[in-house]
Amino acid sequence: MGAQKKSSAAAAARISDDPEELSRVPLQAVLLADSFTTKFRPITLERPKVLLPLANVPMIEYALTWLESAGVEEVFVFCCAHAKQVTNYLQCSQWLSQPNFSVATIESHNSVSAGDALRLIYERNVIHGDFILISGDTLSNMSLNRALQEHKERKKKDSNAVMTMVIKRSKLSPVTQQSRLGTDELFMAIDPDTKQLLYYEENTNHLKGTLSLDKMLLIDNPSITLHNDMQDCFIDICSPEVLSLFTDNFDYQHLRRHFVKGLLVDDIMGYKIYTHEIHSSYAARVDNYRSYDTISKDIIQRWTYPLVPDVLLFGNSATKLEREGIYRATEIVQSRSAQIGPLTVIGNGTRIGNNTKITNSVIGKGCSIGSNVLIEGSYIWDNVTVEDGCQLKHSIVCDGVVIKSGSVLSPGVVLSFKVVVGQNFTVPAYSKVSLLPQPTKQDSDEELEYADNNSDIETSPIAGAHDNLNGELTSDLTDMQSSAAEELGSGGAGYIWSICEGASEEEWRHSVAPVPAEKLAEISQTIDDDLDFSYQDGNAPASSGELKPGGLSDSDDDDVDANNDSAYFEKEVEATFLRAVHENVKVDHVILEVNSLKLSYNMEFAACAGAIFYSMMKLALGTPYNSSAELYNAVVNVLTSWKRLLKSYLSGKDEEIEIILKFEEMCSELAKELSPLFTKILCFLYDKDMISEDAILDWESEKNYADESDRVFVKQAEKFLQWLREASEEEEED
Amino acid sequence: MAVLLHISLPPIAVVLHGTSSSHEVCSRMELRSCGILFLVIPVCSLQPQAVSGSSLLDSFKGEGAGVEVTMPDVQSLVNEFILKLKKRKVEGSQATSRHAAVLLRSVISQQRIGYTNQAGTLIDAVKAVGEQLVAANPVELAVGNIVRRVLHIIREEDLSLTTAAMAGLNLSALSDDDDDTGPVDHPVLSAAAVAAASRSTLRPPSLQTLLEDMPDSTAVPHTSSSGGDSEGKSKSADKSSRSRKLKHDVIEALNELIQDIDTCHEQIAEQAVEHIHHNEVILTLGSSRTVLQFLCAAREKKRSFRVFVAEGAPRYQGHLLAKELVSRGLQTTLITDSAVFAMISRVNMVIVGAHAVMANGGVIAPVGLNMVALAAQRHAVPFVVLAGSHKLCPLYPHNPEVLLNELRSPSELLDFGEFSDCMDFGSGLGSPLLHVVNPSFDYVPPKLVSLFITDTGGHNPSYMYRLIADYYSADDLVLQRKAASSS
Repeated sequence: MGAQKKSSAAAAARISDDPEELSRVPLQAVLLADSFTTKFRPITLERPKVLLPLANVPMIEYALTWLESAGVEEVFVFCCAHAKQVTNYLQCSQWLSQPNFSVATIESHNSVSAGDALRLIYERNVIHGDFILISGDTLSNMSLNRALQEHKERKKKDSNAVMTMVIKRSKLSPVTQQSRLGTDELFMAIDPDTKQLLYYEENTNHLKGTLSLDKMLLIDNPSITLHNDMQDCFIDICSPEVLSLFTDNFDYQHLRRHFVKGLLVDDIMGYKIYTHEIHSSYAARVDNYRSYDTISKDIIQRWTYPLVPDVLLFGNSATKLEREGIYRATEIVQSRSAQIGPLTVIGNGTRIGNNTKITNSVIGKGCSIGSNVLIEGSYIWDNVTVEDGCQLKHSIVCDGVVIKSGSVLSPGVVLSFKVVVGQNFTVPAYSKVSLLPQPTKQDSDEELEYADNNSDIETSPIAGAHDNLNGELTSDLTDMQSSAAEELGSGGAGYIWSICEGASEEEWRHSVAPVPAEKLAEISQTIDDDLDFSYQDGNAPASSGELKPGGLSDSDDDDVDANNDSAYFEKEVEATFLRAVHENVKVDHVILEVNSLKLSYNMEFAACAGAIFYSMMKLALGTPYNSSAELYNAVVNVLTSWKRLLKSYLSGKDEEIEIILKFEEMCSELAKELSPLFTKILCFLYDKDMISEDAILDWESEKNYADESDRVFVKQAEKFLQWLREASEEEEED
Repeated sequence: MAVLLHISLPPIAVVLHGTSSSHEVCSRMELRSCGILFLVIPVCSLQPQAVSGSSLLDSFKGEGAGVEVTMPDVQSLVNEFILKLKKRKVEGSQATSRHAAVLLRSVISQQRIGYTNQAGTLIDAVKAVGEQLVAANPVELAVGNIVRRVLHIIREEDLSLTTAAMAGLNLSALSDDDDDTGPVDHPVLSAAAVAAASRSTLRPPSLQTLLEDMPDSTAVPHTSSSGGDSEGKSKSADKSSRSRKLKHDVIEALNELIQDIDTCHEQIAEQAVEHIHHNEVILTLGSSRTVLQFLCAAREKKRSFRVFVAEGAPRYQGHLLAKELVSRGLQTTLITDSAVFAMISRVNMVIVGAHAVMANGGVIAPVGLNMVALAAQRHAVPFVVLAGSHKLCPLYPHNPEVLLNELRSPSELLDFGEFSDCMDFGSGLGSPLLHVVNPSFDYVPPKLVSLFITDTGGHNPSYMYRLIADYYSADDLVLQRKAASSS
């Protein structure tokens, strides 16, 4: 709706705009037609990423269509790798002849990063106002009006608000800690009121669940929200300052890793980045093979409407949507016995043989697919030949590939342009096959797609090499061919790329294939182990804050017995107490917590008193001591500082007796070190009015009939008891 | 490579055949400096309506004053509309059909016609454009309807002109069509009047309307809309007047069509009082401007009644309708779509709008209406469909639930972020367990519809084919194939 108004009013707006915007510049956009990564190798050695088909339409079409419908009037397409191909494509397309929408290309051959690209654009001096910065592999149907307006308003108030980043909510997979686009977990801290971005961190370590925030972040901002369920759409609304910032900081290469983080960390300049969350519209970027798969399926499921195959006729052929999400072009030759399953796109002029089954796949134009073929979750581009009896599962097959009869593509396979797979050959899982040999020297820090001149030279001879009739091959090339042929069975052509070290175990993360079940089980196992470990590690203290018994049953086994209740209760009270000590919680609060524990465990005051006393003694024992005198001091310290707590539970004689009994029990069983100090401490308790003499005397009389062994402490305290008895007698006499 | 033809008759026209663009440009520059007007046509496409040819013709915009060649950016207008249709930026069949009619009017007015087979040229031009328009959004049937209506108008005008001319020669003109009975009786009858008469066969043409139309067409031969008229042509006067007459008449009829589209809501609303009675309860679903005006017209005529509005998930346009109705003082109750069956027993009449009416009387309507129609049938409540005549489609529905449906974005139903974990393709089988389907239309079979109210009055579903026969000519039913074979 908004976009409609925008574009139709684009011409009108020029005349009747706000008086304040008299010097209106057309809305501009910079489209980076190069991802500056190698994630799509080996395909990107021969064709730039933006021209790779997504549901049979090159990605750049989606980006340009969106920009046009969002009201952008001028687009600068920045081409770097394979610049020729991109410009040729644009020249053949309708984009260069659109009214109210101009597309200009900027070519560069020495840019190795987005930073270089933006610096070059700055030098060209073509951007005059706010502009949209997207990568050519971005797909969206959002309306820019709101975001632009917000950006402009913020800019008016605060000239340091240089960028608005579009984000979208998307939950992580609980197991692999990955977004559905196959990207790493992303942490963002956002000010909930102003929507300012405060923190941006990609967590590449999948099993580590920690995150460190700067203390200043919490001090400076009254409230922040921390998200890990946000997806960065890589659509930025930038002010012209962004370009000059890139020029000033010549070491900025990566848009996110350097620029965004640089601005966030380095607040000297005070530039701010804001976010704009989209809800009902779609935006995503094809980052790796996994997101290629996900976004293709989103398109097929129509989340990107109206950017869906049957609505936007990018090519000439009309595509019809049938039930269950089957998109069929008009001219298809399909055998009656062939089964086409749900969520499938079939391109124009494709022939499908008998008893072939196709599900969840995209088939390009002019393909020929034999009989008894099984295609599942695969992306087959244009003019591919699949002979009889092949099985293709979750793989990407580029233009002109020939798969001979009986071959099997295991999940995650990527076959680059014009590869030939020999008969009955099984291509191993996650392998990448190309006619080009793997580049041997790979600078680790150079993340640039192969320069086009390089690959053009290489492709042409090898592309012809699998033509066996070609006798003019140099010996060198025949060697290459034969070695290439051996790798893919008889009659095959292509090199299986060896997976670079370190990436092999991560391969499944970014592949088109779904994460295999074993892998999922393995990861969830390790996560469980981790969790168990962390529970044991911080056992009671970890769950101590929990007042619910639910918190308990997590950390301990679930068989909560009635008999064990008191033990649990004691543990809980102890944990609460320890936490109170460590965190300086007020006594009143501790009382409150203990009371609630008492209620939830249905305990009496005596038990509370006993448990608290027990915890205190434990604490005292926990402090290091050398002699019994030091231990005594520790006990005295604890008792004096937490006297109020203990006192609040000593409402009667029963509780006091309970404490003495507890103490006795401790001395005899748990903490033998305390036993010599029994009398001393008892004496201290009496002095401090925590235990009355009645209670002590009652305790003694209770013990009168007990065994000798139980009377050890009574004997030890005999002197004190004697003195007590005398004192009381004296009082009575008085 | 280039062929130069010199025609010595004033004004000088130079026709240059060539394909190389750079060559064209430079030769164009040279010739322009000589002050000669010329025309460049690639050898491969001499047909004036072919895309490449006409785009070249566009480049002459503004410099060929006084020459018939001027074709000011019709093609760009067409492209713009096609883009809008593709991006689903035109909503509602009324807006779409009006837009299409206006566009076709400018196509016709800019179309250069020769001296022979003028109607054929016009039909070809309209078909070529029409095919593109229909392909741009095959689900929006109103576009196809308008294209066919325009074709029908051209045929009618041509026929009446020929018969008029023949009648001028000898009065015993042959008549092969029932429409020709008029022209035979009145040889100098205006074509517009014939067309109007043929379109409203329900009301047989009264003598008065015929007489009214007569001076109209003869008195105003030049209107502003026919901008491509030739001025400096040295030609036989009768021929040029005839060519202008056909074009003029067609444009006249088109203006009438556009006016019909504009006023269809009022026309339908006028009949409201006949259908809505005191103290009735009316149920409607979603929002339709026709329904709104219909209800308001009854309200203005002091009828007091109540309206139940089903909200029309997932777009909830019923909410807007309820707001509008309340602002005009109507007693309104808003219900959910699922409550329709529970409420229908209290309802006296269901009044809804439609997306399109098919030739068999079936209705393509906003999603949810089939359910309402079934509920209405169950409780014997009349189900009334309001549709302007531009919504009448001459096609018979085949598998309309799928082929004439538009599946919109699932984000109208649920929040992507909330459900994103249900659509993770990375784990599990690689195919999502959750599918969200959001169709925009329902097909209501003719047996469930009690009455159609169009701008010409109320009709039974079984009468639709007859109405359609009045509006469309059978030759135009299949737009695509003919256009494909001719080009």
